[in-house]
Amino acid sequence: MSDSNSQTVKFYQTGTFTVGNRLLDESLRTVQATTERSNSIDSGHRACQGCGQALGARYALDAAMRATDNNIIAANATGCLEVFTTPYPETAWSIPWLHSVFGNAAAVGSGMAAALKARGDTTTRVIAQGGDGGTTDIGFGCLSGMFDRNDDVLYICYDNGGYMNTGVQRSSATPPAARTATTMPLGDNPGSSFDTGKFLPAIALAHEIPYVATASVHDLHDLERKVEKAMSFHGARYIQINVPCPLGWGSEPAHTIRLARLAVESGLWPLFEGERGEVTDSTKIRYQVPVEDYLKLQKRFAHVFKPENLDQLEAIRALALKNIRRYHLV
Amino acid sequence: MLQQISGSIAVAEAIALCRPEVIPCYPITPQTHIVEHLSELIKSGQLKGCTYENVESEFASLSLCIGSSGAGARTYTATASQGLLFMMEAVYNASGLSLPIVMTLGNRAIGAPINIWNDHSDAMSARDAGWIQLFVESNQQAVDVHIQAFRLAEALSLPVMVNMDGFILTHAVTRIDIPNQQQVDGFLPPLVPRQQLDVRAPITIGAMVGPDAFTEVRYLAHHAQKQALAVIEQQAAEFEQIFGRDSGGLVKYYGNENAEIVFVAMGSVIGSLREMQRQTAEEGIDFGILSLRSFRPFPAQVISLALGKAKSAIVFEKSFAVGMGGVLTSEVHMATEANDLKIHSVIGGLGGRSITIKSLRKLLDAALKNELPNETFMDLDTATVEREIERQQDQASGPVAENILRDVGVVSASKTH
Repeated sequence: MSDSNSQTVKFYQTGTFTVGNRLLDESLRTVQATTERSNSIDSGHRACQGCGQALGARYALDAAMRATDNNIIAANATGCLEVFTTPYPETAWSIPWLHSVFGNAAAVGSGMAAALKARGDTTTRVIAQGGDGGTTDIGFGCLSGMFDRNDDVLYICYDNGGYMNTGVQRSSATPPAARTATTMPLGDNPGSSFDTGKFLPAIALAHEIPYVATASVHDLHDLERKVEKAMSFHGARYIQINVPCPLGWGSEPAHTIRLARLAVESGLWPLFEGERGEVTDSTKIRYQVPVEDYLKLQKRFAHVFKPENLDQLEAIRALALKNIRRYHLV
Repeated sequence: MLQQISGSIAVAEAIALCRPEVIPCYPITPQTHIVEHLSELIKSGQLKGCTYENVESEFASLSLCIGSSGAGARTYTATASQGLLFMMEAVYNASGLSLPIVMTLGNRAIGAPINIWNDHSDAMSARDAGWIQLFVESNQQAVDVHIQAFRLAEALSLPVMVNMDGFILTHAVTRIDIPNQQQVDGFLPPLVPRQQLDVRAPITIGAMVGPDAFTEVRYLAHHAQKQALAVIEQQAAEFEQIFGRDSGGLVKYYGNENAEIVFVAMGSVIGSLREMQRQTAEEGIDFGILSLRSFRPFPAQVISLALGKAKSAIVFEKSFAVGMGGVLTSEVHMATEANDLKIHSVIGGLGGRSITIKSLRKLLDAALKNELPNETFMDLDTATVEREIERQQDQASGPVAENILRDVGVVSASKTH
């Protein structure tokens, strides 16, 4: 930084294979790497150590704030993000923020957009957000309605694959075989069943809305770029970010970024973008890794390594291959 | 301007005069004509500066209202019956967040059995939800009270539900005086929100509150409703000054204030009671009518005072708490603890059953002879009920509704299983 008044920014090794921000030209650095970042979620919140959602939300909102010259208002579903950011009598939000109930964040966002439209306020932009349970299950109707009307809202789903706030129960975004409190690794079909669940980014794309993307907290540049791109569109937009959850996944807090990266490199979390119903781009896997590298760091998948469950491991490999084929990941 | 229009169209015209900024809607009988007409007013350009949203459910409808009101816009919607139940989580949330939303409830029964006709079960399902709940007797009152509802909601930062009887009022075509824009603007100033999502002054709305302060937040909601008791009366008086019409404050009393028998009721049944009052007056029979215009806040003191001279109150309600009895009855009991008053509960008009003056007269005659029971289900077909109770001796007696319909000859008797 050339400005002598600017503070020193600490950089951390992210666990990715990218070169650090410090080696890039200032204009190419991430929003998070700048002192001008808005700190939409400020420090002092109560997220667990290693929480992927806290990172994802902070990254996404700060990027959206920069893209809109700090003109974001947000609707939030009930869930971890809501709970850990507003422990009475504190708030971690430095942006205008409203939490209503679990299943209506998209509709509340639509209402905000309607109010801005009525006022002729074209500067203020709306983000609605929630976890995967609040998005793919209980909030699905409201989300689909928001897409249908093409309301001017960016919806961001922080997907950690389950209801972590209520004690790690299965959601429709829980991956097959994963252990949750309601899909225990017991019986003939341990963990969450295969042939169940939904991949909401593809469903969002089917609504033919202006923009859909998946993102990962391990690739900050890609995540910020997608959020900024989303803010360049008007109408309904959707981003689903894979956010590892140490509590729910049974993983080390220090492995959050690594797990997010391995999910992508194993093919289990495809990174792609789409516009108006068509996939427009996907991120090639640079160093493809076996799914085991991703699975073995998580206790929720421990049972798939038992000799009697090797068919499950094979089925997970098949899911990765399907993603690789469908989204052209290699 | 005097117009010959239906209650729904009249309400839509009144809403438009209130300059709403956002109207999300989802169709449900019998309120649909209200939002249809508002859509027309917006599409045709007659109502400007208002965003209309066709949403996918009532839950979404009120959720949009929450977002819009949180963003500082004057917001309106309408629903009924199942729609109110479907949005109930948002109903409690809107009042918990103190958002000044106005919603019309075209009162309708709740299923099962599914029934589209009028009663007050829907309104009663929201009686503890923290909304101001007003009832209107006529379509002129519906117009007048909706205009007051916005000012009341915004003065107290509380949501207001205006209850008008489905079909009986919503679909009835009557002569209505629709005020002009100047009058409404003179009564209803632009919204100044208590809280507003604004990028220039960020706030957090809807934070989590634990045991340390939850009681205080809830008490403040109760306090706001108590404040409403005075504000409703003040605004009704001011409305009368500007518009020249008495639309009622917390309650309206019809008849001799010294009457020994007083009917207590809400909504359009007041019209039938007043007609009976006119008829019995010719016979020299006297009774009073206490019309509750405000159900929430519940004007307990005003009710106690209004029933101060009465010896017997007949509380007529179009809903009841199954397993308990009349809700309004028990609340009137509570309000009149200090009165020397015998209270009779009458449940009638359920699921749209006609409330005839003949049936009302039977109640009055029984009361005059001191023979009215504590609880009456008006016009109950006891033979049909007893037949079904008898049938239920058989463990697998089948669906109640279909059995009864067959008994009364609606479902083909030839149907075999």
